Amino acid sequence: MSIIQLSVFLENRLGRLDEVLKILKDNQINIRALSLADKANYGILRMIVDNSEKCIAVLKKENISVNFTPVVAVEVEDKPGGLQDVVKILVEVGVNIEYMYAFVEKTGDKAVVVFRVEDTEKAEEILMLAGKKILEKENIPF
Amino acid sequence: MVKYEVEFLPASGLKNLQTDRLKNILRYIADKIPFYKQLFKERKIDVSKISSLNDLKYLPFTVKSDLRDHYPFSLFAVPLSEVVEIHASSGTTGKLTVVGYTKNDINLWSEVMARTLLCAGVIKGDIIHNAYGYGLFTGGLGFHYGALELGVPVVPVSSGGTKRQLMLIEDFKSTVLTCTPSYSLCMAEEARDMGMDPSKTTIRLGIFGAEPWTEGMREQIEKEWGMLALDVYGLSEIIGPGVAMECPAKNGLHIWADHFLPEVIDPATGEVLEEGKEGELVITTLTKEALPLIRYRTGDIVSITSEPCGFCGRTMPRISKIKGRIDDMLIIRGVNVFPSQIESVLMNIPEVAPHYQIILTREKHLDRMEILVEVVEEAFSDEVRKLEELERKVLYEIESTLGISVKVKLVEPKSIERSMGKAKRVIDQRQ
Repeated sequence: MSIIQLSVFLENRLGRLDEVLKILKDNQINIRALSLADKANYGILRMIVDNSEKCIAVLKKENISVNFTPVVAVEVEDKPGGLQDVVKILVEVGVNIEYMYAFVEKTGDKAVVVFRVEDTEKAEEILMLAGKKILEKENIPF
Repeated sequence: MVKYEVEFLPASGLKNLQTDRLKNILRYIADKIPFYKQLFKERKIDVSKISSLNDLKYLPFTVKSDLRDHYPFSLFAVPLSEVVEIHASSGTTGKLTVVGYTKNDINLWSEVMARTLLCAGVIKGDIIHNAYGYGLFTGGLGFHYGALELGVPVVPVSSGGTKRQLMLIEDFKSTVLTCTPSYSLCMAEEARDMGMDPSKTTIRLGIFGAEPWTEGMREQIEKEWGMLALDVYGLSEIIGPGVAMECPAKNGLHIWADHFLPEVIDPATGEVLEEGKEGELVITTLTKEALPLIRYRTGDIVSITSEPCGFCGRTMPRISKIKGRIDDMLIIRGVNVFPSQIESVLMNIPEVAPHYQIILTREKHLDRMEILVEVVEEAFSDEVRKLEELERKVLYEIESTLGISVKVKLVEPKSIERSMGKAKRVIDQRQ
């Protein structure tokens, strides 16, 4: 149902991000969406890729720490109030958002927001009941 | 199998034996080694007046630099023609420390190592996979001689080539693993990477030494390997491995005091401490021929008890597991810190690995200590908050144990260099 997001622990040193990205490139893995959390000593690279299983395997092979979590990707109207409309629904039922990031679809008229919440299933159910479109692995349009 | 009755002597019997041997060795040393002859003359010590173990405290200490100063052979009590084997240990600074053995010394070493293996519970039918380094280091050959003496097959695999080691253990169905404790963990990690479960191997017993290790590390090794992990103690200056050994009760290491007479002293004043007090272990060799040493300061921090062991019944005194090394002791802003303290903290936090590295720097005349800690794969989270909590937890635990403020840096799993021999834990960049 939900989509899988990979997280990579990155030591904070020059070239580390490049090393990881090069591994993805060499293995023909395409990044669909990403966000980078930065701390003083380390960063966390979160990304959604076209082939999660392969990506995990190749990173592990290179001794890079990677883990995966389900996230909710939901379509929102690309207009003022579009995001608030969705967040409101989650807040009303008490779903706490750990973090989120957004991007615009290739077609340009819709935006996609990725939510990391504690209870992914519950969030998806609520959003669907409210008539929102949840993206699944197969139909990620970007 | 054989039983060494001497290990079960009543206290008075052991004392008589030690006293006789002490008198003999003092006469021998004063006669054969110019360094000691000179030292006794300067200090106006007449060794023939030494008549009891209590008099030992009047004798001077021997320290590691005495061995280095007599590099390579001039502390030997016998001519080289009587020496059959030479070992050397690399100091972290300066020259090698060289030790020599006569044929009788090798027999002695074989005996104490056979006793060490017996004490650990090695029996006929066992196969010893000996991954201590063979070479100048005494670990490999020490265990080798013990196994020969006891009559138990030994696989002299030495250190390194971890994949091959694991294959040999599987194929030979070895039952006893001997190596440094950190290498046993390195092997377990490699085994898991290869898709092999170390706890499913035939290894049932491990005899680990050559570096200090904590109870937490013992628990981890025992769990990883599904084995009983016991501590062995020794140092090349005294003989190599085989000075003291734990029995399966894990209740202190039985020191073979019929050959190696122990004392525990206050490292600052040199005064002999009463039983149970922590201090520096000092050993006098009672029977060695090529390199007998008087009151040798080992640099290892222990406590000692002469209470007989309730488990195995041996009456030999027992020393505690090594608490640390005098020379490993770090002085951070005036506070004494042992790296082993940090290790025991990390052992109790499941989200981090027991691999760590300490980096010491000096900023504006103040010592700063940074500790790199590996997050275990399973604990790595996509949420910054969780990693921050973990970092705070590690920091809090370390600071409350050490009593000084430090910096903690979480690093990627397996990013701290693994060592085949003794682990390099401290990088001191203070000028």
